[in-house]
Amino acid sequence: MPLTFSVECFYIVFEDEIHQTIVENNLFKPGDRVAIGASGGKDSTVLAYVLSELNHRHKYCLDLFLLSVDEGITGYRDDSLETVKRNEIQYGLPLKIISYKDLYGWTMDDIVKAIGLKNNCTFCGVFRRQALDRGAALLKVDKIVTGHNADDIAETVLLNILRGDIARLSRCTFITTGEDGPIPRCKPFKYTYEKEILDYFSTECIYSPNAYRGFAREFIKDLERMRPRAILDIIKSGSPQQQGCQSKEHKLCKACVLLDGLNRGLPKLGVGRTKGVAGGDSDCEQQAKRPERSRSSLQGKHGNIDF
Amino acid sequence: MAAAAASSCGGAGCGPHCSSSASAAAVEDAAAAAAEKVGRLSLSRECGKCGGGAAAVAVAGGLGLCGECFRANLLGKFKLAVTSNAMVRPTDSVLLAFSGGPASRVALQFIHEMRCKAIESWDVSNSQALPVFGVGVAFVDESVLCSKPRDEIEMAIEDIRSIVSSLSTGVKAMHIVRLEDVFSTESEDGERRLREAVDMIGDDTGREDFLRCLRMLSLQKIAMENGYAKIMLGSCASAIACHVLSATVKGQGYSLPADVQYVDTRWEIPVVLPLRDCLAQELTLLCELDSLKTQQHLDRPSNGINSLVASFIKRLREENPSREHTIVRTAQKLKPFSFNKFSADGYHDFLPSRLRPKFQKVDSDESTFSEILCLMCGSPFSESELQNLESTKHKAQKKIDLYTAHCCQSCYFQILPAGENLNEHFFSLLPKLWTGKMDTISDSHSLLRDQIEEYLLEENDDGN
Repeated sequence: MPLTFSVECFYIVFEDEIHQTIVENNLFKPGDRVAIGASGGKDSTVLAYVLSELNHRHKYCLDLFLLSVDEGITGYRDDSLETVKRNEIQYGLPLKIISYKDLYGWTMDDIVKAIGLKNNCTFCGVFRRQALDRGAALLKVDKIVTGHNADDIAETVLLNILRGDIARLSRCTFITTGEDGPIPRCKPFKYTYEKEILDYFSTECIYSPNAYRGFAREFIKDLERMRPRAILDIIKSGSPQQQGCQSKEHKLCKACVLLDGLNRGLPKLGVGRTKGVAGGDSDCEQQAKRPERSRSSLQGKHGNIDF
Repeated sequence: MAAAAASSCGGAGCGPHCSSSASAAAVEDAAAAAAEKVGRLSLSRECGKCGGGAAAVAVAGGLGLCGECFRANLLGKFKLAVTSNAMVRPTDSVLLAFSGGPASRVALQFIHEMRCKAIESWDVSNSQALPVFGVGVAFVDESVLCSKPRDEIEMAIEDIRSIVSSLSTGVKAMHIVRLEDVFSTESEDGERRLREAVDMIGDDTGREDFLRCLRMLSLQKIAMENGYAKIMLGSCASAIACHVLSATVKGQGYSLPADVQYVDTRWEIPVVLPLRDCLAQELTLLCELDSLKTQQHLDRPSNGINSLVASFIKRLREENPSREHTIVRTAQKLKPFSFNKFSADGYHDFLPSRLRPKFQKVDSDESTFSEILCLMCGSPFSESELQNLESTKHKAQKKIDLYTAHCCQSCYFQILPAGENLNEHFFSLLPKLWTGKMDTISDSHSLLRDQIEEYLLEENDDGN
């Protein structure tokens, strides 16, 4: 039987559930420097608030930072960055903004102009992931937290089934990922339903209507209406309980492959299942028709990254 | 008349009133319409396989195929599944589950053709050492839960009978069995128990899944009572794709690999899926092209999660026709269970060496698998379900506790009624084929408990 709460009790229960998730999964240790991936959206705004509250209330002894990525989407990201700047003041958390322009020499506006509205989300997703890593490295943090909630994770499980990506399927339900890398990431909202997240304001990215993810999201919403626990059941189904799934280590960083493709006027390089290898294109006529963008010193040799 | 006209002009058509040309054109139109419904993209005009100039009616592997080649493609997949998984031994009697739908209709047709071929080979063989496998057909009559008028139901069942009897080489037997017979052979008692059990299930999806479990139980019962060695289902790639998503959504990700393999030996009578690589649309098209009669009048509308998943898959298919194959391939990459292979026992005489790795290496004395299965749906228990079962076994005071602990978490949530008293009554209604196993376990558990009673600590014993 679902329980109903007064507003005050809901806040208490909600915060307590997040605290239990943090404690039971040993997400942090005292003294950790933690960067909160802040988009200005509802999930990361609530995450920043709740984490700073719990840090104080339960004495986690964490140093919290807000880390925001500016993809350079006019009319969208500039607005949400204002929200993050307000969060900086409201919650007293230092803010670092890192932009695609600084990192790669391209904004998302430039990328969409170059490649159109197909596969633009692939670029953005990969670049954002690396941008967060770069920003976190600059802040010298021990961990990154993101506001991915139960609906997001359930959707990712479904998408990986639909795409046949068994390697990602085995990883996508982990509450902490990248523990073998320099900066692990964790999702304190893993078991939190989207609807529970306060301050929900729906601001879809203006380039996102073509995102395949929306397809699965609609299905998940219908499912939730029919059987609310289905979202957690999807996450449970996606949790790795099987041996024998093989994940493939990628030899090159995906961001480098994509960026190389952009700079060489080959926007399809690295998109989809093709194994794009920088410099490996045998068709000389397709060499860059555009001049190469100036590269930031943050690009370059950084070894193998399993994404 | 049409046949006579066709023979006089050789089928080429001798004028606008020639029924021969009209019927040929009608078939072509029907094929084109059927292909249109399949939603094939970039359908080439001619068959790309045989190059005989015949019009393409469907696409497979990127090639447009004429009717003959399309049929051969599907039959090839069926035969490959049967032979490469050694699904049918020459000595086997195979029970085909026939629902009346296109998939099981094609399975019936193909297994019948394979049997005809085997009989021809046997006839011309000098030694005739190996027998030809037998085929029986089972239809589970669920009309007791159907709201359609009785005469329509009887007509539909008669149609089912006539479809099977129209096969050129007769089947071993046609079994039309009422679903309620798994509860009791006395029809009124069985019907009462079935209705009462179904009414106690509050969840739409739970009710559908409960009936699906009963259907499997019914097939097992028919097969055991009539000496069949295998049960063949017409589950196609589309149905399996739906099941993959449904199981994911119900939290059954752990047991999912068990349901999507060619072979499933966890049941008393092993179950095989020879149509696993064929899409529902392909099978429907084949039925139209070959005029294979189907009967789906008794199908009940689906509600709940299964229906939602089916419409989601339909939408995915419209966006990308090969999505169902991708979903099935994803599930195939998960590690199957030990019972998803036949044991080698009994196969060595017939088994080519290239197929031996597909078989379990077990001694005939050992049990073929160690997994604990759900009482109702047969899903293997995950780690958490096993832990729950173990702790319940230690603490269980009543039989009902053991019963519920032997249900997987999904069945527990969506099928079992809430409340202990209701649960007890629900289990009292269930078929003895299910609860009998639990009674044996419970009795041995009680016996053991009685034997060690004096050594057991009470829960509030503080050791003083």
